[in-house]
Amino acid sequence: MERRVVFPGWLFPALLLAPQLAVTFVFFFWPAGQAILQSAQRGDAFGLSTRFVGVENFTAVLADPFYLSSVEVTMVFSLAVAVLALGSGLLFAVMADQVVRGAAFYKTVLLLPYAVAPAIAGVLWLFLFNPSVGIVAAALRHAGVDWNYLLNGRQALLLVILAAAWKQVSYNFLFFLAGLQAIPKTLVEAAALDGAGAKRRFWRIVFPLLAPTSFFLLVVNIVYAFFDTFGIIHNVTQGGPARATQILVYKVWYDGVVGLDLGGSAAQSVILMTIVIGLTAIQFRFIERRVHYG
Amino acid sequence: MVSAGKSAWIPHAVLLLGLVLVLFPVYVAIVASSLPLRDILDAPMTLVPGPDLVTNYRDALVRGTAGTNSQPVAAMMLNSLVMALAIAIGKIAISLPSAYAVTFFRFPLRRLCFWVIFVTLMLPVEVRIIPTYKIAADLGLVDTYPGLVLPLIASATATLLFRQFFLTIPDELVEAAKIDGAGPGHFLIHMVIPLSRTNIAALFVILFIYGWNQYLWPLLVTNTPAMTTIVIGIRQMIGNGDAQTEWHLVMATALLALLPPIAVVLAMQRWFVKGLIEPEK
Repeated sequence: MERRVVFPGWLFPALLLAPQLAVTFVFFFWPAGQAILQSAQRGDAFGLSTRFVGVENFTAVLADPFYLSSVEVTMVFSLAVAVLALGSGLLFAVMADQVVRGAAFYKTVLLLPYAVAPAIAGVLWLFLFNPSVGIVAAALRHAGVDWNYLLNGRQALLLVILAAAWKQVSYNFLFFLAGLQAIPKTLVEAAALDGAGAKRRFWRIVFPLLAPTSFFLLVVNIVYAFFDTFGIIHNVTQGGPARATQILVYKVWYDGVVGLDLGGSAAQSVILMTIVIGLTAIQFRFIERRVHYG
Repeated sequence: MVSAGKSAWIPHAVLLLGLVLVLFPVYVAIVASSLPLRDILDAPMTLVPGPDLVTNYRDALVRGTAGTNSQPVAAMMLNSLVMALAIAIGKIAISLPSAYAVTFFRFPLRRLCFWVIFVTLMLPVEVRIIPTYKIAADLGLVDTYPGLVLPLIASATATLLFRQFFLTIPDELVEAAKIDGAGPGHFLIHMVIPLSRTNIAALFVILFIYGWNQYLWPLLVTNTPAMTTIVIGIRQMIGNGDAQTEWHLVMATALLALLPPIAVVLAMQRWFVKGLIEPEK
């Protein structure tokens, strides 16, 4: 889309653009280029010299069993977070769309986790489930569950999934509720007059109309689980126990900052960049379609 | 109404369950922040608030903990506030003019400029942390506010939102301004910015929360206790989560960390919801 009527000149718009272009070049293109360059280099043990190694870092990363297990952890983690956060967001939105009394109150409270930092959400859930002080942990042990996420990898993964999904429900709830409220009531009422029950009305009319929203949210949730959950992992499990919760972005940070393997970390960054670009491209194709037909 | 009267309690029951799930972790944190430490360590702790609320918050705010090198939480909150405000204001300040430039002018390389900005949408800071750190270090920005802020304001989201809004401003307004002899600068300040007030407010809320809640970048670019933000500081307070952890102060700090963004969301709820959802329509 373009404006028909515009102002003449090029100097003024160039000045207006300059700050953003400068920041973008210095803190975006330069580091992104460096990441690509570094991913093709390897430094010696003392960091004194680097040499060009081509795709060696990539083949090393892709052959590393720890990397492959991190890919698997990331898949399980992001899918579980997305399904849990989308499912409960949709459930709460459908319910909130039906109530009249108290609707504003429910909406306000369900909105709150959006404002909470992932890292802080992690701390709140850590405190509930900490084996020595957590009250949910105590209740679980009382119920006969051998709960200790510091030793049990599955429990650790479950805990970070719960904390990550808790924070994301708000966002999904808001979008689903807006989507539901955009559906013409007459459509649903016509189906009711034709004798369709509540379940049938939801799955045959409401859900298909929500499909574009759901798809958009799926991508947003996966991107969230991939990148924004670093604070949760770092606070709750530090990737452990035994790498059971080491998602890809955590491994990039760990290998680069703690392990000082700059080439390997950069190669992982480049792989992550490719994944994000793919996800963003999918999202934009979808938004474009929505602009055309919506 | 379509919904049947007799099952009208079901939505309320489900939503109440939702409220409990949202509020329970926060409630437990509030109770823990009002107890003496020994009552928490003597697990399981009570769910009835204790007497030490004021003492604990004062201790956290003024004294900090051993894990934070006694850096008081008040100082961390100030760092977080500076970072969040600078990110929100900085991002709006650089992206509103650039959106105006690519929308209201036609100059050579305009499309290229737009794509250069647009492409930053695709790469969150998380995937380019180490090279970005190196550049920040080369520029002497480690442990400084510009170091905390600048790499995070290089993003296209705000620019795209402003551009989308600017495209809806009627051509007649621009024509009228031109006939009146108003230049592009005058039009920007007296017409476009006032018209964008709601968008600016909505964006401010979203960016303030984004800035306040940053984790990975502040973790990398700040090393001295004096520059620690509250979201980072809490990690240092927890330590290994063993008997040394001063949980009552950790929970007080967690609540202090989530209070400002929640206050902003509650105060500006309508604008914020509008700003979040409308760009997707």
